[in-house]
Amino acid sequence: MKKLLLGDEAVALGAINAGLSGVYAYPGTPSTEITEYIQNHPLAKERGIHSRWCTNEKTAMEAALGMSYAGKRALVCMKHVGMNVCADAFVNSAITGVKGGLIVLAADDPSMHSSQNEQDSRFYAKFALVPCLEPSNQQEAYDMMAYGFDLSEKLGEPIVLRVVTRLAHSRAAVEVTEPKAEKPFSPSTDQWVLLPGIARKKYVALLEKQDAMKQASAESPYNKAESAVSKTGILACGIAYNYVKEALGNDANLVKISQYPLPEEKIKALAAKCDELLVIEDGQPVVEELVKGLLGAGYPVKGRLTGDLPRTGELTPDNVAKALGQATGAVFAPAKNMAARPPQLCQGCGHRDVYTALNQVLADYPEHRVFGDIGCYTLGALPPFQALSSCVDMGASITMAKGAADAGLFPSVAIIGDSTFTHSGMTGLLDAVNDKSNITVIISDNLTTGMTGGQDSAGTNKYEAICLGLGVEPEHVRVVVPLPKNMPEITQVIKEEIEYKGVSVIIPRRECIQTFARHARAKKQ
Amino acid sequence: MKKDIILCGVGGQGILSIATIIGEAATKAGLYLKQAEVHGMSQRGGDVQSNLRLSTEPIWSDLIAEAGADLIISMEPMEAMRYLAYLNKEGRIVTSSKPFVNIPNYPDEEALQKELDTLPSIKLDIESVAKDCGNPRGANMVLLGMAAPIIGILSVENLREAIATVFARKGEQVVEANLKAFDAGVKAGA
Repeated sequence: MKKLLLGDEAVALGAINAGLSGVYAYPGTPSTEITEYIQNHPLAKERGIHSRWCTNEKTAMEAALGMSYAGKRALVCMKHVGMNVCADAFVNSAITGVKGGLIVLAADDPSMHSSQNEQDSRFYAKFALVPCLEPSNQQEAYDMMAYGFDLSEKLGEPIVLRVVTRLAHSRAAVEVTEPKAEKPFSPSTDQWVLLPGIARKKYVALLEKQDAMKQASAESPYNKAESAVSKTGILACGIAYNYVKEALGNDANLVKISQYPLPEEKIKALAAKCDELLVIEDGQPVVEELVKGLLGAGYPVKGRLTGDLPRTGELTPDNVAKALGQATGAVFAPAKNMAARPPQLCQGCGHRDVYTALNQVLADYPEHRVFGDIGCYTLGALPPFQALSSCVDMGASITMAKGAADAGLFPSVAIIGDSTFTHSGMTGLLDAVNDKSNITVIISDNLTTGMTGGQDSAGTNKYEAICLGLGVEPEHVRVVVPLPKNMPEITQVIKEEIEYKGVSVIIPRRECIQTFARHARAKKQ
Repeated sequence: MKKDIILCGVGGQGILSIATIIGEAATKAGLYLKQAEVHGMSQRGGDVQSNLRLSTEPIWSDLIAEAGADLIISMEPMEAMRYLAYLNKEGRIVTSSKPFVNIPNYPDEEALQKELDTLPSIKLDIESVAKDCGNPRGANMVLLGMAAPIIGILSVENLREAIATVFARKGEQVVEANLKAFDAGVKAGA
């Protein structure tokens, strides 16, 4: 049966039908739709497949590893930067090994459509010494779930499955197979205790598996050579394959790469019959660097490092066609009457009222800085508010405000969303409390994870208790309702807490207007 | 035969509904389809677009190349012109004529309309038409109706059926209201 699926949905359904027992994830574009699809799928509900959102990617990765330990198949999903958050657990899961199949899905975002960098998760797979699958289309994304779980169990290692935005968020028809049964509950009897004495042995065991991983890549149905007459050989990684086929059809002399470690023999064979290789890969020049090492200094290898493809940004049919000498170019000149239309906070959003109040109060403190965080409210950096000095990574608002206050900054203000606070802000707040740092923390609570489309937020109804539990003084945990009519009260509270020489937390709380409207519609129906 | 379409507008204007309907019609008609969407940050009142590729043959790329689009369907006149580099020589633009102004530096409206008139475009105040047929939220269906006869690879009837299928779970009334808006668009575009 064929179904029209987003790349993310193909991953989700592929996992369910491969006998998945649990998905563990924190929302993040472009990976969010995977978990949402599983949450809403009838068979997943019937089987009781775990799909509730996790507090962050690290808790997700560890829970999935626990499920794997118990013998069942687990999937962890995140956007690329989530790999940084779960890196400790992820890298060490390669040392412990796995029992039930474990797939770590990283959704990379070249061109930074909705991200702060374009890091390439294939590096993480190489770093942890585990295989990486990189589907070229929605069908492969579906098929690779069953394939990946089997491979994971065969090798006893986690598998990274890397997708990019253009696959995650593009729809195509997918041939769907019958669902398989879940794996039985059968906890591991091995020791997964990474004390140095044990870890050293396990690390050697992981290194000994590298040949089997290379063998799997060599035999993989997803790595294949296509022949044509050409002096340039092409290495087409992941979705790059589609752009090459779009430009050259069957006239491409190529190796399609969708499974790592690299299929070295296929690459050497292509190099032997060509004068040069062109590496086309979305993200960073991972394969380009590896292939230079594989073929030696004398063999010409072109790609992003040589400028044949742009060093930054995602692949497009245009930049790939250009690298292949096939570019067409635009027919129509760019429009004269044109302006950029950046994203902005919704009209009526509570974050707007928070920034209005904050800017009003901080106008009296010219030395102030506001450290921002990751979410819709990052848009407070843009006009009309232009309120933020930084936005780096999940939770960094509180800790950067603390560090700057340690250095003498006043007022040092942090603004962080409710979901981001529970994701990675709580530990930083504890540091600030223990140091009695002079900072003002605003937890702008819209009762949801707004930026990614309104998923449940892990700490809803618990924020005051969390702050008090971490040791913030009760009289300096202040709750306000961000509405224009409350402006005098909100500005007064902000002013008082800035003047307090210690850690204060202000919680402006009003539901996200998008989820509010959705809840209202659901009630009506 | 193939048809490459860019759907565009401002986040929240309902271009994904249009994409869903064309996708449903294409699937039913047995066509190959690829549809790249924009999710996440860019949806918040910013420019949004979807690349929709329909073909009787298998499709490789999820994205349309420069000078590759046969049709730009836009919920907003300036947004229609943002993707001119992607329009092919025989390409057409079908757009709402009414600017959506949520930025301080929106271009001069008269100059914008004039420039649009120099291009192979048809435009219509789809919001007024939607209101006139009693479905103020159906402007996107009016636009789809305008574009329907030009899409070519799918018939107007294919698209009507798809509207009925996509909105079926919302009830008979919603289906009728959307079909009415669609038909008004077909008529106005002819």
